[in-house]
Amino acid sequence: MIRDLHNQLVAGEVTATKLAEQYLRAIEEKDGDIGAYLTTLRTQALEAASLVDARLARGESIDLLAGIPGAIKDNICVAGVRATAGSKILDNYIAPYDATVIEKLKARGAVIVGKTNMDEFAMGSSTESSAYRKTKNPVDTERVPGGSSGGSAAAVAAGEAVWSLGSDTGGSIRQPASFCGLVGLKPTYGRVSRFGLIAMASSLDQIGPFGTSVEDVAIVFSRIAGSDAHDATTAESGNGKPFEDYLTGDIRGLSIGVPKEYFSDTLDPRVRAAADQAIERFKELGATIKEISLPHSIYALAVYYILMPSEVSSNLARFDGIKYGLRVNDAEDSMAGTSTLLETYLDTRRVGFGAEVKRRVMLGTYALSAGYYDAYYKKAQKVRALIRQDFEAAFEDVDLIFSPTTPEPAFRFGEKGDDPLKMYLSDIYTVTANLAGVPAISFPMGTIAEDGKELPLGGQLMGRWFDEETVLRAADAFEKQTAKK
Amino acid sequence: MLSKEEVKNIALLARIGIKDKEIDRYRKDLSAILDFFCELESVATDDVEPIGHITGTTGAARADVTVAFGDAGVRDILKNVPELKNGFIKVKSVF
Repeated sequence: MIRDLHNQLVAGEVTATKLAEQYLRAIEEKDGDIGAYLTTLRTQALEAASLVDARLARGESIDLLAGIPGAIKDNICVAGVRATAGSKILDNYIAPYDATVIEKLKARGAVIVGKTNMDEFAMGSSTESSAYRKTKNPVDTERVPGGSSGGSAAAVAAGEAVWSLGSDTGGSIRQPASFCGLVGLKPTYGRVSRFGLIAMASSLDQIGPFGTSVEDVAIVFSRIAGSDAHDATTAESGNGKPFEDYLTGDIRGLSIGVPKEYFSDTLDPRVRAAADQAIERFKELGATIKEISLPHSIYALAVYYILMPSEVSSNLARFDGIKYGLRVNDAEDSMAGTSTLLETYLDTRRVGFGAEVKRRVMLGTYALSAGYYDAYYKKAQKVRALIRQDFEAAFEDVDLIFSPTTPEPAFRFGEKGDDPLKMYLSDIYTVTANLAGVPAISFPMGTIAEDGKELPLGGQLMGRWFDEETVLRAADAFEKQTAKK
Repeated sequence: MLSKEEVKNIALLARIGIKDKEIDRYRKDLSAILDFFCELESVATDDVEPIGHITGTTGAARADVTVAFGDAGVRDILKNVPELKNGFIKVKSVF
């Protein structure tokens, strides 16, 4: 879609301003119902678009992404724009600077039309824990869009943006991509700068793109990847060739592993059928399918739900009512009963954080506290090392690893109730990629009919560290093969 | 199951005010999640080094230079402060 729009811009069939206006209008018309956005950036978007039009008018060349309207998850800082991370504690926070990914996108002439809804501080799998609004799945508005990047997924699926950025700590890009019928990429840890991303769990977080095609995702990804002096965990990698140039449609000779642990007897037979069909399609394309084992992946969820809250408890210590965000002083029903700094902390965080955030901060505080550190955090870091070793061994044998993205299609609002463990199980196929640090993509692999709706279901491909080329190439070949049918 | 006192202590360490009527809920929720972690006990990890950086990157060095935000930048940062007095951030007394 991006390439088509780019060609239309260059041919003068449409202007960037018209394109921006078209998407801003789509937001006005649809978003009251869908709820993808928290902030719309009309003025900034039209300004950015007019710069692109001016370049075109002067006969200058423009980047593929220039003038193409996109949306940004609200935990990524855009200078001068509110960044809430879906939390009341940052209700009035205006980002004083651009995240590195935003700086890079702006330099290419990308047009940002708004900031999207999300689970509070990216903690959730349905966007229901946003402190602001409900986001509906455009495919079936009775259902959740997934989370935590639910707004970014819904915006693209509803035609309110061409592309968007999300963040993925345990599946927060891939799961909503699966639920909304989109492509979503979680890059290798260290591939994309986290500078300007409001941190959740720093050893797991990565920013990545959503799009309606693998090529769109590759185009956006090429423009945000690369090392950054502001994020010491980023690495220089790649040869500078844009990722969209690797999409040959040819995957003959590639070896794809299917982990037996991901296809247990409890897997929904409809999901299994869709996955089996996808495996057949990869075979048609000339790939070799091999059964493999990732023996420690059964522990991934437990490891994830120790490490993530531990890092959360540390990262969210900064929201204390002092330097920015909400401050609650002299609350009517104050807890501490004294007029001290401790009272400011306790009241600000009690009022400013939602239930899931409090639960995770407390869980992490407990896991890191004296006497429990070895039993929880250190133990989890050791099992994480074993999970990584599983992947190292597997990638000696195969080039990619395939599984469903999620154990089920999009669920209904309130369906997971308020049982945290039930919600956590949504992440079962996605958390391992974050723990191992490998790149992973979710792409539409089929649909499941429910209530007269065709609910999308995503397939996931994981690749070697810093080998997004192969991940994207295989997903693109699958997409092209599907389009032929 | 975590005791009431344990939950209160965790909340205090986490700097989150909780009300008495919320304690039982946290006891139940946190205990259920902690029980779920027990499955890790069976994994043999005696000879395993805990992982540091997942892609093996070791410390990255850069020049230690100040990047000036300028007056406008300072204003933008201070705009986010909940309470200012004479250009300083106002807080309550520590004790």
